[in-house]
Amino acid sequence: MSEENKSAIMMPKADDLILSSSPHIHSDVNVRKIMLKVILALVPALIASVIFFGWDAVRVIVITALSAVVAEGLWLWLAKRPLTPLRDLSALLTGLLLAMNLPSNASWWICVVGGFLAIWVGKQVFGGLGHNIFNPALVARVALLIALPAAMTTWTPTGGLLEKNMRLPSGENVSITTVAESEAPAVISCATPLGEAAELKRTPNGAATFAPITEKSDYVKYFLGERLGSLGETSCLALLIGGIALMFMKLIKWQIPIFFIATVAVFTAIVHLCAPAMTPPPLFHLLTGGLLLGAFFMATDMVTSPMTTGGCILFGVGCGVITCVIRIWGGYPEGVSFSILLMNALVPLIDRLFQLRPFGYVRKRA
Amino acid sequence: MSERVIPPKPLSFPGGIHPAKDGKGLTEHKAVEKAPLLEDYVVLVSQNVGAPPKVTVKKGDAVKKGDILAEAGGFVSAALHSPTSGVITDIGEAPGPMGVNVPAIFIKADGLDEWSDKLPAGLNWREASADELKSRIASSGIVGMGGAAFPTHVKLSPPPDKKIDCVILNGAECEPYLTADHRLMVETPERVLAGAAIMGKILGVENIAIGVELNKPDAIAALEARAQEYGVKIVGLKVQYPQGSEKQLIYAITGRCVPTGGLPMDAGCVVQNVATAAAIYDAVAEGHPLIERVVTITGDIVVNPGNYLVRIGTPVIKLVEWASGVKSEPRKLILGGPMMGFAQKSYNVPVSKNTSGVLLLGGAEIIQYESSSCIRCGMCVRGCPMHLSPGPLSMLIENEKFDLAGQNHVMDCLECGACAYACPAHRPLVQHMRRAKAEIRRAGKK
Amino acid sequence: MGTTILVAILFTGVIALLLGIIIGVVSKLFSVPSDPRVELVLGLLPGANCGGCGKAGCADFAKAVVAGECPPNKCPVSSSEQVSSIARALGIEAGSEFRQKAVVLCGGDVNQMKMLTLYNGVSDCVSASMIGGGPKSCAYGCLGMGSCARSCPFGAIEMINNLAVVHAELCVGCGACVKTCPRNLIKLVPADSEVHIYCSSPVKAPLKRQVCNVPCIGCRKCMKSGEEGQFEVDGFKIKVAYDHQPLPGAEVVDAASCPTGCLLTEKQHLAIERAEKPVVEEEVAS
Repeated sequence: MSEENKSAIMMPKADDLILSSSPHIHSDVNVRKIMLKVILALVPALIASVIFFGWDAVRVIVITALSAVVAEGLWLWLAKRPLTPLRDLSALLTGLLLAMNLPSNASWWICVVGGFLAIWVGKQVFGGLGHNIFNPALVARVALLIALPAAMTTWTPTGGLLEKNMRLPSGENVSITTVAESEAPAVISCATPLGEAAELKRTPNGAATFAPITEKSDYVKYFLGERLGSLGETSCLALLIGGIALMFMKLIKWQIPIFFIATVAVFTAIVHLCAPAMTPPPLFHLLTGGLLLGAFFMATDMVTSPMTTGGCILFGVGCGVITCVIRIWGGYPEGVSFSILLMNALVPLIDRLFQLRPFGYVRKRA
Repeated sequence: MSERVIPPKPLSFPGGIHPAKDGKGLTEHKAVEKAPLLEDYVVLVSQNVGAPPKVTVKKGDAVKKGDILAEAGGFVSAALHSPTSGVITDIGEAPGPMGVNVPAIFIKADGLDEWSDKLPAGLNWREASADELKSRIASSGIVGMGGAAFPTHVKLSPPPDKKIDCVILNGAECEPYLTADHRLMVETPERVLAGAAIMGKILGVENIAIGVELNKPDAIAALEARAQEYGVKIVGLKVQYPQGSEKQLIYAITGRCVPTGGLPMDAGCVVQNVATAAAIYDAVAEGHPLIERVVTITGDIVVNPGNYLVRIGTPVIKLVEWASGVKSEPRKLILGGPMMGFAQKSYNVPVSKNTSGVLLLGGAEIIQYESSSCIRCGMCVRGCPMHLSPGPLSMLIENEKFDLAGQNHVMDCLECGACAYACPAHRPLVQHMRRAKAEIRRAGKK
Repeated sequence: MGTTILVAILFTGVIALLLGIIIGVVSKLFSVPSDPRVELVLGLLPGANCGGCGKAGCADFAKAVVAGECPPNKCPVSSSEQVSSIARALGIEAGSEFRQKAVVLCGGDVNQMKMLTLYNGVSDCVSASMIGGGPKSCAYGCLGMGSCARSCPFGAIEMINNLAVVHAELCVGCGACVKTCPRNLIKLVPADSEVHIYCSSPVKAPLKRQVCNVPCIGCRKCMKSGEEGQFEVDGFKIKVAYDHQPLPGAEVVDAASCPTGCLLTEKQHLAIERAEKPVVEEEVAS
């Protein structure tokens, strides 16, 4: 502070101060980090899919993810916009989520079309990340499902599932290798557990209708993922690991998956108790199909889910009810994708319904 | 309204954030140093909310320390006093804390620093009447020193239909980096406690509480040691931003909600900053007007950050000099804390009555952020202490739908910055809110 | 096969017919009587809904004109031919004309007025003015964020070198920009005015000089060059007396040779801004 050491200290120059609004500090979260964490939470399911479906899974994942990223880049380039949105990894995440929703035997062009559908139709036509109404990956998945029903519902065991005993749609229990050797068909189509349930429902047999697919050993298989289905939906264990991690990191609103799953459980339990031949028991519903994938990774997409706690609960319940209605009475064996898309459309209304009251809000008396 | 007045727990409020880095470690253990006398002071004329005071001196006048420079320009106004003895060299304009030049009084110190002989004698506050105390506070130019700069005597004169039953002192100091109030409470707890008791006496209120965040255990201990003799309760509060906001503080301590658009008095409370309480004590017991305050000069690039007792009117550049300069070139100069402080473009801006800190940010602390679209993650909604939806609001404001923003309660925004702090898309939410509030006010005036 | 198609066509046809009848009946039953003249006037109006007439929009204005509440020339956008055609259609007087245009009274582009600080935030003048008084050195000058340009329904304001410049030939004087400027720099002036003093800073000359190369320093050279009453003193600056006729012309600018160059004709002003080098935006090293 004395005169002699004044010259020694460095004093600031005044001419290039930055003006900006408060706050002047910022938490270290950003969109990229959020997306990265969700991708990391998907890793267990990705690994599980590779274990059960083999190299075919890797092929589908890589092609889909790559085409989603390319689609995003191409759109931005065509629209003459800066390529910075590519850095936020949201296109990669969409691509990975779409891959999770494809069968392992999906051909390469399905993956590419899906990637472009997701990014272009699902996201960019609305104005890019944050403006889309529907979950982009689900838009692509449902579009593919409706446009190419055969390709999207032909479940061919690949990789690790080849050596396992599988049931044909007729209910016959076979090992794929033996079938392949004796008959050598071009494509062997087997059913997902939900497909099997739909098949069994046609020949109602009272309480024993679903007995062939609801053995204790079946449940263990379903839980670990040793069954047919989309790439990412089969291993409940892997999905639970990722989903719980997301809930703990507060990256998803826990109300959505919990109320989604609980609604499905309660709804199917009531129907199953009243009419056992109508639908399999609730545990079967929880462990099969895309419920866990949908509840933890698809319905919780920040952009297309409500912002308030109450809204999230309603959203989760709505998804659950629609899923059950489609599964039990609908034409499709699976309804998770449709239910989430339908509820996505309602999100603006839900957000209005659950609009927050300001702290200390007093209703004005007329 | 609930009868719960000072409950044991939970002493917090719904919403809010926890800034990862509070930066208080830089200065919280540094005792307040008395700043050396300067040659030149620049006293801004308008340092309070409400009517600006009327200047009563002219160029060439000789003034003593504590002499009146400007008289209150109305009821909601506060007088201004000379920070030292010397000569008025000019009455002109100087850079103000809002970036534009504002009227200011320039004083050249004579180095004697003599107190004025016109100052009133000290009072024994336990014996003085409430009116006597209140007029002393008004004539001493005391305003809210936490940031709002609202004239204190106005807050202590509630309209007769508002019953006040609780005086709350704000020692939360939830702003990261700032430690001026913290040091004040640790070093001179009796001034804070006596100031609180004086306010209680003026308002005829028995219930007096000082809310302090639990990250300041030494301040709580220092206050509690003497609290009994002044009849004041010390309340530890959860460390959460913005705990020091009036409405949130009232909720945390009393469990009452201030109605939207209302004032603390609508919840039966008067909230004052601890620094204001200390100034009130000085005015009453010593007769000294408000001419100096504790200011924290801090920032990771400041060589020797610390707390200084400085005169009102000290240019900020002097504080930087006392703190031994900077390690690297600062990119931002902020008056106040990092969450609600104002970025400055000049180092010549002087310390005002409500300047609690000077923060220099540079290097890694500065993020020149590019904002992207809202991804509706809801972090702003979770962080908002007023339970607004800043993200959707900002989209309305971007599209200039100010009337819709108004319907969605944008006027209740505290501008605390919790939303913008948490936003992963780095959206300038607070700036949007400020714009909407300004536009709505402008439309209302027409 | 043929019958199926026939049945389908018949069915849709019958449904269409029924719906058409219902719509027709309903529109007759519930029709709101409207003055056809309002439609007529509305058709003749520009339809920009700028609000320059003081009404809520063109439809509101048309109603007011038909009701005789205001003369058709109140529409600042319509040309005199359009106004007289409205008057003819209604058989009323067009009213005497007084046309206005907007002018931004600041010449401080980034080359003339120092950019003191780097601004990081919303690109909007109201927002910027609330943060440390904006990034430019003059606290009374154009902030250059283009809020007025965005508010103009006719695209008459161009941002050149961070300065708003009005293109007089496009401006209709609706006044939408006047309301947006937080610095109140935009004034409505008579449409035939040509010379302006491009400075609105009320502070003393030396202070202005510190922050800007082209301030009005109040030297009164223009007052001496022009006719009596063409300019008037306004605090520390001079302003054009727009009420006074005749308004100063280009010859006054030549005669005055304004020492700072803030007294200009509109054409000169535009030419100067156009000629200046665009400024390379400084990137902030993060």
